[in-house]
Amino acid sequence: MSFRARHLLGIDHLAPSEIVTLLDLAEDYVALNRRTVKHSDALAGLTQINMFFENSTRTQSSFELAGKRLGADVMNMAVAHSSVKKGETLIDTALTLNAMQPDLLVVRHPHSGAVNLLAEKVNCAVINAGDGRHEHPTQALLDALTIRRAKGRLQRLTVAICGDIAHSRVARSNLILLGKMENRIRLIGPATLMPAGASEMGVELFEDMREGLKGADVVMMLRLQRERMDGGFIPSEREYYHRWGLDAEKLALAAPDAIVMHPGPMNRGVEIDGTIADDINRSVIQDQVEMGVAVRMAALDLLARNLRAERGRAAAGVMV
Amino acid sequence: MTTTLFANARLIDPEAQTDTPGSLLVREGVIAGTGAPDEAAPEGAAVIDCQGRALAPGLVDWGVKIGEPGERHKESFRSAGLAAAAGGVTTVIARPDTAPPIDTPESLEFVTRRASDAPVNIRHMAALTKAREGREMVEIGFLTDLGAVAFSDGVRVIRDAKLLARCMTYARGLDALIVGHPQEPDLSKGAAATSGKFASLYGIPAASPVAESMGLDRDLALVAMTRCRWHADQVTTAGALPALRRAREGGLDVTAGISIHHLTLNEFDVGDYRTFFRFTPPLRPEDDRQAMVQAVAEGLIDVIASFHTPQDEESKRLPFEAAAPGAVGLQTLLPAAMRLYHQGGLSLPQLWRAMSLNPAKRLGLPAGRLSAGAPADLVLFDPDAPFVLDRFTLLSKSKNTPFDGARLEGRVLGTWVAGKRVFGERP
Repeated sequence: MSFRARHLLGIDHLAPSEIVTLLDLAEDYVALNRRTVKHSDALAGLTQINMFFENSTRTQSSFELAGKRLGADVMNMAVAHSSVKKGETLIDTALTLNAMQPDLLVVRHPHSGAVNLLAEKVNCAVINAGDGRHEHPTQALLDALTIRRAKGRLQRLTVAICGDIAHSRVARSNLILLGKMENRIRLIGPATLMPAGASEMGVELFEDMREGLKGADVVMMLRLQRERMDGGFIPSEREYYHRWGLDAEKLALAAPDAIVMHPGPMNRGVEIDGTIADDINRSVIQDQVEMGVAVRMAALDLLARNLRAERGRAAAGVMV
Repeated sequence: MTTTLFANARLIDPEAQTDTPGSLLVREGVIAGTGAPDEAAPEGAAVIDCQGRALAPGLVDWGVKIGEPGERHKESFRSAGLAAAAGGVTTVIARPDTAPPIDTPESLEFVTRRASDAPVNIRHMAALTKAREGREMVEIGFLTDLGAVAFSDGVRVIRDAKLLARCMTYARGLDALIVGHPQEPDLSKGAAATSGKFASLYGIPAASPVAESMGLDRDLALVAMTRCRWHADQVTTAGALPALRRAREGGLDVTAGISIHHLTLNEFDVGDYRTFFRFTPPLRPEDDRQAMVQAVAEGLIDVIASFHTPQDEESKRLPFEAAAPGAVGLQTLLPAAMRLYHQGGLSLPQLWRAMSLNPAKRLGLPAGRLSAGAPADLVLFDPDAPFVLDRFTLLSKSKNTPFDGARLEGRVLGTWVAGKRVFGERP
C-alpha cells in the first residue's frame, strides 16, 4: 500500500502517490455515504478523540461523522472548558490524554506547529485539523477530491486562489498539494494579504483579480476574517468587494467551465457574490462539504491501518 | 477656442533646461510648438507680444491648504484659485488636512465639485488614514479611482510602524503615491523653533534637527521594505540629505520637497517673535538653508512648493509658541523664488524644474512642459520687476505672509490655463 504516514500533520510530508491513494479510497466512501445505510466497521473497536482548541462547527462535525460511520468510538473533548483553562500546558494535556489509550487523535490548535508538538508526545495517530497559519491537510485533500471529480483530473489545471492568503492555512495546504500534483497556481489578493516570500513559492502573483482570473480552471475563494476588514490590512469591506470580491463580471474572465470553491463559512457580499455561491453550474461549495466527510473517513481509515500494522509488528517483536 | 502665438518671449523650458528667446504657439488650449522669437503668426491666430519677458509653464504648487471644508473663512476654492492665478500657479495640489479631512470617496467628490469654482486646475490629495488618526487606512483604491493624486496625513506622523508598513504595502499594490512628513513626532513635540543658540536665547521651545533625520530614516527603512512610491513633503535639514541620497542611489522610488520659505528665510528672520515666521517644520539655521538650495540645484530635492497655509489674524496674534504655524504662499512663491535666481545661483530652468515639471511628473500630470501636446498652462512674468509687498493686496482670504513689507523682484504679468487667460490685462 502506498500510504505510509503515521500521522497526517500536513500535506508537506505526503508523496503524490499517497495523495492519490487517499483520494481513491475517499471515492469509495463517497459512494458509501450516498447509501441509505452508511456504515463500515473499518474503525470498529478504535477510539477517536477530537480535540479542538479553536472553535469549529463544520470541521469538528465532519470528523465526528467520519469516525462514527466507520464504527469508531468518537469523543469530542470540549477543550475550551477543560484543564487548559486551568493552566495546564499543551504537553501535559497530551500526556493525560495519551494515558487514556486513544487510537486516533484529531487536533485543531490556534498556534502553528502545536499539533506537531503534540504528535511527538502520544502513541496514537494524529490528524491535524488546522494549526494556526500553518496547515489544514484534510481541507486541501477534500478540495483536491472535489476538483478531480469536477474536472476529471488533478493535473495541469490553472488554479486561482484569491483573498487572505497570508493568514490562511487552507491556502498553504492547497498550495503545497496542488503544486505536488503539477498544477499552475495563481495567488490573487491585496499586497497586505500576500504572504512574505510568495514570489519564491513557484506561483504567479496577481494584485489585479481580473488579470489573475483569466483562463483559470478553478477559482478558490478564501474567507476574509472579520478582524482584518477594518483599516488594518484592507481599508473597508466595500473596497475589498469591489476589487477582490468574486462577482459574475470577474468570473466571466475565467475559463467558461471554471468551478468556484470556498472552504466556508462564506461572507456573502465580501469575498463572494451570493448568486455565484448558489449557482449550481459553477459553485462546488456544497460538494466540498460532502467530500470533506469522505476524505476524513479515508484519512482515518488509512492511519488506522498503519497503526494496526505497526502495533502488530511491535507485538510480534519486529523492529519498527 | 482659437490659435494664439506668444511672440518675442524668453522661453523657460524646464524639460530641456533651456532659457532662450523664442515664440510659442497654442492651439485649442494645447501647446502646438515653439519657434523663433519673430515667428510669423499662422492665419487667424491672435498674437501676444511678450516683449522679451519670461514665458514658462505655470507653477504646480504641491501642498496647498484650502479651508474647504471646515474653514472657509480662511480660504475658499474661489479665493485660493484667484490667488493662484495671480501668482502664476496653474495647478494647485490641495492638501487633505481639512476639517473633516478628505478621507472618504464621498468627501473627495465634495471637494472635487467645489473646486470647479476656481479658475486654475485643482487636484486633490487624500488622507492616508481615516480621520488622520493613524489607526486605519483609507479606501486607497476608491480614492485613486476618483482622482486622488497622492495620500498623506499631512504633518501628522503615523507612529505605528506596522500600520504605516501596511498602508505602504497596500498603496504599492495600487501604484499609489504616499507623501510622508519626515519627523520623529515625540522628539519634535511642542517645538516652535530649531534648537540652538537662537531658540535658547529667545526661550522658544525647540527640537533638534535630528528629529527630521530620524523620521526620514524610519520612513525610508519602511519604503525599502515595502517598495512603495514615496515622497517626503519637506526635507529641510542638511543632516537628512545623506539618507535621502543613499535611498535614491539604492534605487528606491523616493522624491523630496521643500517649502520656498525654508529656502529663502532662516531662523533669525523670526526676530522679535514674529508669528508669521512660525512654520512646521520650523525655520532652520543659515547653513541648513544654503545646503538645501544646493540640494535643489543638484536635483536631490525635487520639488519646491509654497505649502500655502492660510491662518486668520487671531490664529497668529498670539505668543510665538502658541501661534498657528504656516503662511500663505500662492502669490509669493514666484517672487520669493526670484530671490534664489538673483542671489542664490539657481537658474530659471532649474527653478521651474522644481516648481513645475517635477511635481507634475511625480503626480502623473501632463503639465510643467513647453513641448507640443502639453496643456497651455503658462505664466508670463518679469523676473526683474521690483516691488514692496503689502500683505493686504493679496487675494487670499488670509494675509499671513512673512514677506509683508519685503522688497521682492518678479512680477506675474499673465497666467493662462489650457490656453485661457485667467490673470493679467490684455496687452
